[in-house]
Amino acid sequence: MRGIARGRGLGATAVKAIAFGIGLITFVISLGLYTEFNADLATFQLGGTPIEWIPGGVSYHIGVDGISLWLVLLTTFLTSVCILAAWNSVEKGLSGFMMSLLALETGMLGVFCSLDLFLFFVFWESMLIPMYFLIGVWGGERRIYATVKFVLYTMAGSALMLVGILALYFQNGNSFDLTTLSGPFEHSDLLFLAFFIAFAIKVPLFPFHTWLPDAHVEAPTVGSVILAGVLLKMGTYGIIRFCLPLFPDAAEKFTPLIVTLAVIGIIYGALVAMVQPDLKKLVAYSSVSHLGFVVLGLFSKNPVGIQGSMLQMINHGLSTGALFLLVGMIYERRHSRMIVDFGGLSKRMPIFATIFMIVTLSSIGLPGLNGFVGEYMILAGSFVGQAFSKVYVVFATAGVILAAIYMLWMFQRVMFGTLDKTNENLPDLNAREIVVLLPILLFIVWIGVYPKPFLSKMEKSVAVVVTKVQTAPAMGQLEKQKLRDPKLALQGTLRTQHEKREKEAKQ
Amino acid sequence: MTTELLTASFGLQASPKGSENPIVKIMSKELIIVLLVAPLVGFLINGLFGKWLKGNEKLSGWIGALAVLVSLVCSIIAFTSLNGGAAPLDETLYEWIAGEGFAFNIGFRVDALTAVMLLVITGVGFLIHVYSIGYMHGDEGYTRYFAYLNLFVFAMLILVLGNNYLMMFVGWEGVGLCSYLLIGFWYEKQSATDAGKKAFIVNRIGDFGFLLGMFTLFAAFGTLDFGTIFDAAEADNFQKVFGASTLVIATLLLFVGAIGKSAQIPLYVWLPDAMEGPTPVSALIHAATMVTAGVYMIARSAVLYNIAHTGEIVAWIGVLTAFFAATIALTQNDIKRILAYSTVSQLGYMFVGVGVGAYASGIFHLVTHAFFKGLMFLTAGSVMHAMANELDMRKMGGLKSKMPITHWTFLVGALAIAGFPFLSGFWSKDEILHGAWGSSPLIYGIGLVTAFLTAFYMFRLIFVTFYGESRVEPEVASHLHESPSVMWVPLAILAIPSALIGLLLGWGGHESWFHHFTKSVEGFSSEAHGEASGNIVLFMVISSVVGLAGIAFAWTRYSKRVPSDEPTGALHRLLANKYYIDEVYNALIVQPVKNGSHFLLWKLVDNGIIDGIVNGVAALIRFIGGLLRRLQTGLVQVYIVSMVLGIVLFLAYYLFFT
Repeated sequence: MRGIARGRGLGATAVKAIAFGIGLITFVISLGLYTEFNADLATFQLGGTPIEWIPGGVSYHIGVDGISLWLVLLTTFLTSVCILAAWNSVEKGLSGFMMSLLALETGMLGVFCSLDLFLFFVFWESMLIPMYFLIGVWGGERRIYATVKFVLYTMAGSALMLVGILALYFQNGNSFDLTTLSGPFEHSDLLFLAFFIAFAIKVPLFPFHTWLPDAHVEAPTVGSVILAGVLLKMGTYGIIRFCLPLFPDAAEKFTPLIVTLAVIGIIYGALVAMVQPDLKKLVAYSSVSHLGFVVLGLFSKNPVGIQGSMLQMINHGLSTGALFLLVGMIYERRHSRMIVDFGGLSKRMPIFATIFMIVTLSSIGLPGLNGFVGEYMILAGSFVGQAFSKVYVVFATAGVILAAIYMLWMFQRVMFGTLDKTNENLPDLNAREIVVLLPILLFIVWIGVYPKPFLSKMEKSVAVVVTKVQTAPAMGQLEKQKLRDPKLALQGTLRTQHEKREKEAKQ
Repeated sequence: MTTELLTASFGLQASPKGSENPIVKIMSKELIIVLLVAPLVGFLINGLFGKWLKGNEKLSGWIGALAVLVSLVCSIIAFTSLNGGAAPLDETLYEWIAGEGFAFNIGFRVDALTAVMLLVITGVGFLIHVYSIGYMHGDEGYTRYFAYLNLFVFAMLILVLGNNYLMMFVGWEGVGLCSYLLIGFWYEKQSATDAGKKAFIVNRIGDFGFLLGMFTLFAAFGTLDFGTIFDAAEADNFQKVFGASTLVIATLLLFVGAIGKSAQIPLYVWLPDAMEGPTPVSALIHAATMVTAGVYMIARSAVLYNIAHTGEIVAWIGVLTAFFAATIALTQNDIKRILAYSTVSQLGYMFVGVGVGAYASGIFHLVTHAFFKGLMFLTAGSVMHAMANELDMRKMGGLKSKMPITHWTFLVGALAIAGFPFLSGFWSKDEILHGAWGSSPLIYGIGLVTAFLTAFYMFRLIFVTFYGESRVEPEVASHLHESPSVMWVPLAILAIPSALIGLLLGWGGHESWFHHFTKSVEGFSSEAHGEASGNIVLFMVISSVVGLAGIAFAWTRYSKRVPSDEPTGALHRLLANKYYIDEVYNALIVQPVKNGSHFLLWKLVDNGIIDGIVNGVAALIRFIGGLLRRLQTGLVQVYIVSMVLGIVLFLAYYLFFT
């Protein structure tokens, strides 16, 4: 991919067309993953046979399960959207830009597909380089500060993770193979932390989040979209792929601390988002809040909660991705992201206003749109899961109120009110921009109304994680649990009774 | 299905089962789907093709109205078949959020309670759509308006049709969204968008309770389906397994949701501001339907409230809100605001009804109120239409002669709400007060005082607006006219049920048709503590006297006098400023949160402390690096000396310490 896009002799249109074509082909191929994936199996699939890469236990071992499948699809989808979105916004170094974008895609896909710890680490690190260029070359004024902060921050975490990976290697009989890894491991608390801190920085979990607003503000639009849409998910993916199943005891031990940070992140992110004067910063802080929900659900030890978190990763990628695209579109027109510079845009840009409204509502978690399903499952699962006190859920639910406040207030200041003279000639969205946004809107509504295709594919794989971390009733253990727990027994009999009566009533 | 419908509606062939009433058979899932989807279709047409419809606003308006008419017809069919003895519907349509061990479904429950709500929503809704065709004439956002209004009806239908709490919540949020959009309909006006935002956020605070209530129920019952939960709660061993506290907590949390949506203390503050929206919206959403969703929710959960015995708290919040809002209404001069506070107050009555276990009475008041308050809002709209959007009644007076239909219809509504004998409010309010007496004489007493206040403020409005000398400004006066027929016809139609529906449905108190019809609703018939004592006729006489006294008192004070511009005393000032509640909320909650987030969290914690540490670490490393750099002097001699020194140290270590 890199080679093709590098071609200097090609004209701008050709570069764009090639990049978009490659992005689209990758997306179509990844759709094949969806159709070929067997959701009845919890195993890793479709990776082919591992190829030995470096003697001594490193192999090119890839594959997807119900968890990584969705993140792969999200990556290929958003990359295609991004290439189309960046059509006219790159003024210099177009081929380098597209090259970075595609290289980034390779890195991200590698992270989600690797089943070899060493390979995982290679992709994890390699993805930093194109992102470094995207922000550092095509970014805003303080891009150098932002990009150095971003890279160093991530590297600090990666260094810890590398130690963790090596420790696992030696405990696993000199093999990096993830599928053969099974605990319990020595020093599992330390290993858990080594991995978790690397991922927490990526998520970013409060208080490791301060690189995010800077990176977002300085990144070009599509950089922000990928950053929020996919890169942050690498952190939460790492948690569900490594931290939870490999070190369940340590996860249990650190749960109170982690969910405390997650809930602080939810509320803190929302409150700080509320007072941001810069649209991009606002969306960036809202990500801190949203990802707090995801982390909360991951540690709920409950299938509803963890599936909710998985779904919310997709949702956040779509909604926040769309928000950054929208902010980017308005920035291209007005060359400002300051909320005070806007107002009354609804009148001038009705299509933009409508789409912006739908995305805003999705981010707020309005039922019927995607955000609600994820948030609801996370909260309900956490409440029922008994992995931590219900007080956490109460505070997290309060975050739902705050989301409405910061998003609607922002929307009001940008879209409503009287139109300023300087904004009188802003054109509404053009056809290409609508095409960029429509597929995202489609998924926003689809997941909101009928999330079943999404949930059913991930169900089994999530169940594996759940059984590994769970001390409370797991899905497979539900029956066993019923014998012991009178509550569940009662629920069961009542439900069957009710169903029976329903059937009778129907006849 | 279609053939069934045809045969049944034309009576071609007697159906085998319901030979006494062929319409019984029509009650089906398909009918409900048509009922539900019609407004959605209207929304999509007006929403997506609004651009092309813009040139032809009448068409756009009639599409909206027609969509609701379809729903109305379906509602009537559903109602008739239920009334004819059809079994209530409780069916799951599809699994929405589901996996192994959990399923949140989309499904319908249509029983007597739903049927009543359906008729109110689609009946009043249809008339208001028709009225809006005239009222919104010439507005720039005409098609957008009808799209939103249809979307609202759709969401409201979901709310009352759902057979589980989650679906109720979906509708609940949907109507909240439409309310937000319609309050801020004229989005260029700052106060309108402020009000819309406030409504949404305050409602979200209530939703916070609703969500937690749902989680509590889900944790206890493993489902959110009404049927399963109610059965389980009524099961003998339930209390033993779960303890009594689960339902107490759940019902109270759900009630927090109701407090938000139905504008009760302390979350009522959004409703008066919501009057920024177009007046038909105030009539439909903020008087007749959406704001009563909380009452519906409690009535729907009657089984749970009966067991948990939390109704008393509901009743107390209700009666205090009723009184509190009525006192504010006494001193306002903006006719829509008076009606808004009146709505808050009347909703309080409904909560008293459902709180004391007189569920049917509470819902009965919901129905009558929907008609007479909807009517009064529309007449207020008619006045605004004529008065170039003036709302201050001090600038009106003597409108009776210029706008006779508006006057008479408003008078009907006012008499109904004041509890004038045999008009609808008289019946429903009296039933509630009667039920309250059986629960707590104190609640009854406060309710009675509120009834007096209600009659007073409503007739203060009438006398100041329609009677006395005209104070209308000359340029407005020249245009003063009765509204066009598309507006006054719905007024006249609404006036009839506003006057008579109480008599028709409520005659006979607890033996009335309405009570009989709703008896089958789960939890209604137990009327745990609502079984009233005392002679109902006596109660009726007392209420009538109180209502008439309020009207008479208003006559003595305001038949010839205009409310003063300046408050006359401390109490008056307190009331005129609505107890300064908005100011208190702003000072105690809004500003601290805003400033705290800005200065404390963002500037201090985020930029100062956390980023300070991050950059501090970087600076520290750079500093250490700077120190170490000095060692790299470039002089080979220094390197050799340090190397030799190192070797000596190592040797010494090995020789002496190991």
